[in-house]
Amino acid sequence: MSDYQFNQKHLLGLADYSKEDILYVLEQARYFREILDRPVPKVPTLRDKTIVNLFYENSTRTRLSFELAQKRMGADVVNFSASSSSTKKGESLKDTIRNISSMKIDMVVVRHESPGVPHFLTTCVDAAIVNAGDGAHEHPTQALLDMFTMQQLHPDLKGKKIAIIGDISHSRVVRSNIIGLKKLGAEVTLCGPKSLMPVFIEDMGVKVSYNLDETLAWCDIAMALRIQLERQGHGTELFPSLREYHERFGIKMSHLEKYPDFHIMHPGPINRGVEMESEVADSDRAVILDQVTNGVAVRMAILYLLSGGTRI
Amino acid sequence: MDKAKIMTGEELNRTYLRFAHQFLEYYNDPSRLAIIGMQTRGVYIGKRILAEIKKEFNIEVDFGILDVTFYRDDFRSKLKMPDVKVTEIPFDLYDRDVVLVDDVLYTGRTVRSAMDALMDYGRPRRIKFCCMVDRGHRELPIAPDYTGLYVPTYENEEVRVKVKELDDEDAVYLVNVPEEDSDE
Repeated sequence: MSDYQFNQKHLLGLADYSKEDILYVLEQARYFREILDRPVPKVPTLRDKTIVNLFYENSTRTRLSFELAQKRMGADVVNFSASSSSTKKGESLKDTIRNISSMKIDMVVVRHESPGVPHFLTTCVDAAIVNAGDGAHEHPTQALLDMFTMQQLHPDLKGKKIAIIGDISHSRVVRSNIIGLKKLGAEVTLCGPKSLMPVFIEDMGVKVSYNLDETLAWCDIAMALRIQLERQGHGTELFPSLREYHERFGIKMSHLEKYPDFHIMHPGPINRGVEMESEVADSDRAVILDQVTNGVAVRMAILYLLSGGTRI
Repeated sequence: MDKAKIMTGEELNRTYLRFAHQFLEYYNDPSRLAIIGMQTRGVYIGKRILAEIKKEFNIEVDFGILDVTFYRDDFRSKLKMPDVKVTEIPFDLYDRDVVLVDDVLYTGRTVRSAMDALMDYGRPRRIKFCCMVDRGHRELPIAPDYTGLYVPTYENEEVRVKVKELDDEDAVYLVNVPEEDSDE
């Protein structure tokens, strides 16, 4: 770590972060994790910073996690959700952000259904931009917290076998995870119905399997993704039924008995009985709730590291 | 770079022993005493004092580690690359007599941050401050309760406390530092 310098101003996606950057963020996050266990889980590090959470798309979990991370560090937080704002009156994204920026903010956490919005914002304002999910493009903080959770199970991810199972097409989590995990030297296999598998996904350096049993036998960690029915138009257009999906690609208790080594992750929210049996989600092989706690710590680390710049 | 060796390992050892005696002289109930070492070198100094107390008086004292990075008011202007270290206080601070231990006392800003941090962990009965070297130049009204050595310095000088665990030797040096490199 001797010559290494963390020089990032934004977190737009893990594609822009080097292996060293990722490892550095994860290392710092370890110490933020400890703050969450303190009697007073709050530090004054960001008390002179104002952060706006710009959520054009609903995401209770990610927003709560970011908001909690910001408040744990004493930042002033403004929340903006598109449903109750002037976007409904026809204001453009650029105007919205420039208006908010004129109110002297230091950081923007943005979630938008269109890929590239965080990049676009960097051209409009001086504040540090954190991507909290842009379309099906990237969701870097989710991938960082996933990798942080994986590191708790396997400190060195080099050569570790990670399976990502389910709705690959509609997931931005998967893209960030592949980019990050490849940089850390892990092997990634995607598993899911053909209709939910993007073409040419192998170009990202991953393997594709359509056989759940084979995948579970191979992996150290199995990450199930949520079936995003809301992105499929009219319910289950891309596979016959949820029941059949569960039959073919749902993780079941019988799998846990058959393959005793792998751990289970899920970015949430879980559709119980679809991506996995309810008992699987509650079993001690699942680290799903650890992911949630780690999410706050990782986001604290990112906000802390990106807040180093001068006030605008 | 080194201007002078101002303490040898032998002198450091004598100072650890003196601190051990001083700490126990003051507190009539040693079970209330807790030593908290400040990252990074304060931790090793604290552990040495702890060992002396055990050797001399056969008393076990609670020991904690504190990193104050989150509480610093100057982390954006001073730290080139923020680096957070472990904080570990595995006991309740309520009503304890706490001694904070650090290597060098300079502006006093680190100690102020440390007091803020401790208050977030609980409400100690007293907080005392022990430093190996006091080099002057205070920017806040803070005075140490236990001092190994008082060394009036110029702004372009720095005091480096070396500990075996990190630096392969026990010693204290006075060094000249070009202005822009000063980071303490």
